Amino acid sequence: MNDMRIVERDVDITENKITARGVQVYYGTNHALKDVDVDILDKTVTAFIGPSGCGKSTFLRCLNRMNDTVASARVEGKILLEGEDIYDPKVDPVQLRAKVGMVFQKPNPFPKSIYDNVAYGPKIHGLTRNKAELDEIVEKSLRRAAIWNEVKDRLDASGTGLSGGQQQRLCIARAVATNPEVLLMDEPCSALDPIATAQVEELIDELRAEYSVVIVTHSMQQAARVSQKTAFFHLGHLVEYGETGQIFTNPQDPRTESYITGRIG
Amino acid sequence: MSVGILTLIVLALAVVGFFVGRSRAMSSVGGDARKLHSLPGYYGQTVSLFTAVPAFALMALWLFVQPMVIDARIVGQLGPQIAEDATASKLAMEDVSRIASGLDALQAARGMTNEEMRDMRADFSDIRGRLAEVGVALGSEVNPQIFEMAKDYRIMQARGAMMMSVLVLAAAAAGFVVALRRIHGEFRARNVSETFVRWLLIASAGVAILTTIGIVMSLMSETIRFFGMYPIADFFLGFTWNPQFRGGSDLGLIPLLWGTLYISFVSMVVAVPIGIFAAIYTAEYAPPKVRAVVKPVIELIAGIPTVVFGLFALVTVGPFLRDYIAMPLGLGNSGSSVMTAGLVIGVLNIPFISSLTDDIINAVPQSMRDGSYGLGATKSETIRKVVLPAALPGIVGAILLAASRAIGETMIVTMGAGAAAKLGLNPFEAMTTITVKIVSQLTGDIAFDAPETLVAFALGMTLFVITLCLNIFALWIVRKYREQYE
Ligand SMILES: Nc1ncnc2c1ncn2[C@@H]1O[C@H](COP(=O)(O)OP(=O)(O)OP(=O)(O)O)[C@@H](O)[C@H]1O
Ligand SMILES: [Mg+2]
Repeated sequence: MNDMRIVERDVDITENKITARGVQVYYGTNHALKDVDVDILDKTVTAFIGPSGCGKSTFLRCLNRMNDTVASARVEGKILLEGEDIYDPKVDPVQLRAKVGMVFQKPNPFPKSIYDNVAYGPKIHGLTRNKAELDEIVEKSLRRAAIWNEVKDRLDASGTGLSGGQQQRLCIARAVATNPEVLLMDEPCSALDPIATAQVEELIDELRAEYSVVIVTHSMQQAARVSQKTAFFHLGHLVEYGETGQIFTNPQDPRTESYITGRIG
Repeated sequence: MSVGILTLIVLALAVVGFFVGRSRAMSSVGGDARKLHSLPGYYGQTVSLFTAVPAFALMALWLFVQPMVIDARIVGQLGPQIAEDATASKLAMEDVSRIASGLDALQAARGMTNEEMRDMRADFSDIRGRLAEVGVALGSEVNPQIFEMAKDYRIMQARGAMMMSVLVLAAAAAGFVVALRRIHGEFRARNVSETFVRWLLIASAGVAILTTIGIVMSLMSETIRFFGMYPIADFFLGFTWNPQFRGGSDLGLIPLLWGTLYISFVSMVVAVPIGIFAAIYTAEYAPPKVRAVVKPVIELIAGIPTVVFGLFALVTVGPFLRDYIAMPLGLGNSGSSVMTAGLVIGVLNIPFISSLTDDIINAVPQSMRDGSYGLGATKSETIRKVVLPAALPGIVGAILLAASRAIGETMIVTMGAGAAAKLGLNPFEAMTTITVKIVSQLTGDIAFDAPETLVAFALGMTLFVITLCLNIFALWIVRKYREQYE
């Protein structure tokens, strides 16, 4: 792992944004996530890595209760957002998801215009007072997602008519536009070229100033570049969680070491 | 040889062709199927197709053309006077074919030879009596000339059938041999079968289109005849509908058109919201167990024949509306009304709209809903802003289907709204529609040369144009608001 530029960084923020304790997820009888404990810090980028099918997306979807929409899914354990249990019956999942935004693994733009895709969140939450403000949010979000130059002349065109990578960035813009406190990104760069990837990573770094960002990635380099904390999942277990530099240079668990050196995957 | 036996022979030949073709392909490469261009079955298939398809096509064509040719020849024998009079020659042809079929029955019952049949004469023997014995009753004594023609008719038919058998069998055999000789290891049998499938599909689409064109053409020509007898302006702009069988009728379209649109409108006001809401419930809100019960129950309504709905309108809805709404409000005392028919047609259409809409909503990908929930939208926001717009083209199609059904509905209108052509705004009054009047103009003793009957075609044409416009309008809506998802 010598080719990776692992910058020494201090994680001086110690405030927990999300605390997960003993999280179990079942899809019917399939026990997909086993006893996961994680503390996700505020104003930090946390990377989830691990082989395909190990439960990264599943755990991510627990954090904003997207698993509620999967009929067979059952979540046990405690997940606290700023000390409040998000699975408490008193909590409104709709409000929760406005605070904890999500970019899905598969790009899923609405079959609406590019503009309406981005304006969707601000409109339903009433974030703007007039059209000019909305225009501004749309432009700013598209710029942050590094897609503005490609679509600025065709904001009325359908979002589903974009290329796969453009759709992915449109979905990022859409998530950013609602101003969430936590942004969950499931492989946001899987279909992007190196330039767009660099721009999205820049965005992630920028978001860190205000939000906490969780990113799932299959690229070790990306995890090393953008994150301060890294969690390694394997077969439904959270194997190791710690500072990114630590995980990549000095993993404690032999499974982590095998994975980052390319022996299991 | 009868058509049935001929069909069986050709089919048998095709089946044999399949096996022979397959084994020939196999033996051409020494039994190693990997050396063939296509799977062995495809070779057999080409032989089957070449055997059966041209033979059956020929047979269908022959069966279609032969009666026309024979009829033309017989009519030719009738002499110019009768041949030119369409009605007289039609009657004569009916006599000929009836006697001919009587002779067929007679020959079969008595086991008579062809010579004996040929020698039979109408002026010597009691043909009518003998035909009556085998169950063919004739209205009058047999005219010798007609009888001779019937005998000719039978001979021509027998000859035609004979020729057809020979030609069809020859076509089948030729196809068999040609296809078999083409088979070798390199032969692209798979592509041949692909081409065949394409032509089969084109032919099916062609049949659908041609029949539509045929229907429109026949409607068109009768409509033009009608406008030759009745002024076009009086038809389209006339405010009275009052057909008289002695002539001098008023055949104004407007009251009928008004009734049709009014009743359809009432029915759509009932069916569209309820149907769509029911679909949203079953597709988005109902737990799977409830959905498994509710959906089939709603769809059950679609299986009830409309005449049963008509009864419901006549004995339940009509009197109810009259006694509890129309009379207390002083809106009339008619049991049949626009409201009755409209409500009942609406109920009939609810399952149509809801079941189609439910399927369409279900086809919207879950990832679309996830995207919306992920941004903090509620369920109803997601349905209104994402699911329904994505499903809109399909929903419009469903509504359109229901609208055409409402416009074309006849039974419920007859029983629920009556048959009085009236122009009025009061929904508790009896009115009627175009379809009801088409039926009533064509029942009873009719002759297709009076405007009173031909008007049915003009009415039919009007209905056709209305539905066409509806379709175009819907297409336009769909184009304009389409939100396409992959
Ligand atoms: N909707 C679902 N229904 C049933 N099982 C599911 C569902 N989603 C995920 N699973 C199962 O849960 C396990 C974890 O899946 P998950 O999508 O979390 O993997 P992942 O780590 O995100 O993999 P990848 O890197 O390929 O995206 C898998 O075994 C998968 O089969
Ligand atoms: Mg995943």
